[in-house]
Amino acid sequence: MTDLKFEDCLARLEQIVGALETGNLPLEESLKVFEEGIALARHCSRYLDAAERRIEMLVKDESGGVTTTPFVFEAEDEA
Amino acid sequence: MSVERRVLTVSALSAQLAAVMEERFPAVWIEGEISNFKVYGSGHAYFTLKDEGAQLRCVLFRTRARRVRFEPKDGLHVMAFGAVEVYAQRGEYQLVVELLEPRGLGALQLAFEQLKERLAAEGLFSPTRKRSLPRFPRKIGVVTSPSGAALRDMLRVIGRRFGEIHIVLAPARVQGEGAAAEVAQGVRELNALGDVDVIIVGRGGGSLEDLWAFNDEMLARTIAASKIPVISAVGHEVDFTIADFVADVRAATPSNAAELVVKEKRAVVESLADLRVRLRRAMARMMAGQRDRLERTRGRRVLTDPGRPLRDLERRLDDARARLRQAALGAVARGEHRVELAGRGLRALSPVARTLNGRRALTDLHGRLGRGVEQAIVRAGHHLGAAAGRLDSLSPLAVLGRGYSLTRTPTGRIVRSWREVTAGDAVRVLLHEGSLDCRIDATRETDDRPQV
Repeated sequence: MTDLKFEDCLARLEQIVGALETGNLPLEESLKVFEEGIALARHCSRYLDAAERRIEMLVKDESGGVTTTPFVFEAEDEA
Repeated sequence: MSVERRVLTVSALSAQLAAVMEERFPAVWIEGEISNFKVYGSGHAYFTLKDEGAQLRCVLFRTRARRVRFEPKDGLHVMAFGAVEVYAQRGEYQLVVELLEPRGLGALQLAFEQLKERLAAEGLFSPTRKRSLPRFPRKIGVVTSPSGAALRDMLRVIGRRFGEIHIVLAPARVQGEGAAAEVAQGVRELNALGDVDVIIVGRGGGSLEDLWAFNDEMLARTIAASKIPVISAVGHEVDFTIADFVADVRAATPSNAAELVVKEKRAVVESLADLRVRLRRAMARMMAGQRDRLERTRGRRVLTDPGRPLRDLERRLDDARARLRQAALGAVARGEHRVELAGRGLRALSPVARTLNGRRALTDLHGRLGRGVEQAIVRAGHHLGAAAGRLDSLSPLAVLGRGYSLTRTPTGRIVRSWREVTAGDAVRVLLHEGSLDCRIDATRETDDRPQV
């Protein structure tokens, strides 16, 4: 999922919650959109949680290309 | 007395002047306004320093020009330090400039103002160029010293506020010779990774000289060319650098930059959590409402005791029938009584005339009796019709129409309990349309009707 699709999902979820909150939907329709809403919420959460906490540093390899290596912060100066 | 002329060649005079001047002014600070500033292909620059009354030719050789922190140009008031030299070939003297500083503003300050003005004129700081930060950054590029306070502060904020972020550090020296180029290189490398959502360039606080790398024109242009939004976070709140002006967003401090990056994402996570709660709450409310309606519907008598309306109607039918019977019997009894009375009177009269009269009277009475009974029956029939009308209005058939049926024994008694019949009994089941003659197979105390 891209950010754009994520935005769409979130917007649809907002719409569903709004519709349910008015209480004007028939029961069957309510159940349908509720299930859709739950699925969307799960989808959105997964997307946000997909990134994990990770710190890497860019390093040059022998051929001059750039790769990453795990990085642990160690303060040496205050610059 | 002859005076011996002491004749010098031009060169000799020049040489002597040069010796005097260069000895007298080997190192001097001169103050004046720059005019005719010109850089030659060699990289040497020539200009004139002047004031109200005089001019002085100056030369700034390439190696010295490189050390000048600002852009010398006509009209600038400067202080130049150098040695006076005679340029014998042209009969001129000039100042060979070693140092050039703006008067008033410091050199760095002036250079800063000049670059700022120039880039602003090019539109590099235009608000229309500014990109907004991504709402959901997942990968953040940071260009700074891997051991600096700026990185420490940013990691602290990100770690505290929102852990699930991938940080890629592009290590760069952030002060001294070559720092600007390293920072610019970092910005380009992070762009090349292709999946970085936002870049923070920055360093902790320091002197104007310490922060100087972030006033570099090449770095400014690199930031402007970045495909990824750039946040500048240089020094403290009060420090402004060219990088701050050209970046998409200027953060007051590195910590503040980290805040900006995670703020939106945190807001989204919170609003998503809120939506989840509201979704469940709205659905729960909806279900409760429906359950209420169901309860109310079940509470209606027709569903709690479907037989009751039928029983009511039947009772009223029985009443009407009883009244009809009484009315008819009463009319007959009254008639008989009058026949009896008439018979007695008749017997008291003389035989012939009285017999004739009596016969007439009897015939008359017979007719009246008949009519009385008829009328009573008609009246009772009206009663019955009215009662039946009321029954109709209460729609017993409508009840049967909904699928209920009425079971009667051959004597017409309505069967309400399994106890009232036994296996083998014949019953008649009255339906909405027609009826069924049935024989009881078995009786059961319990049944499988839904419990309501």
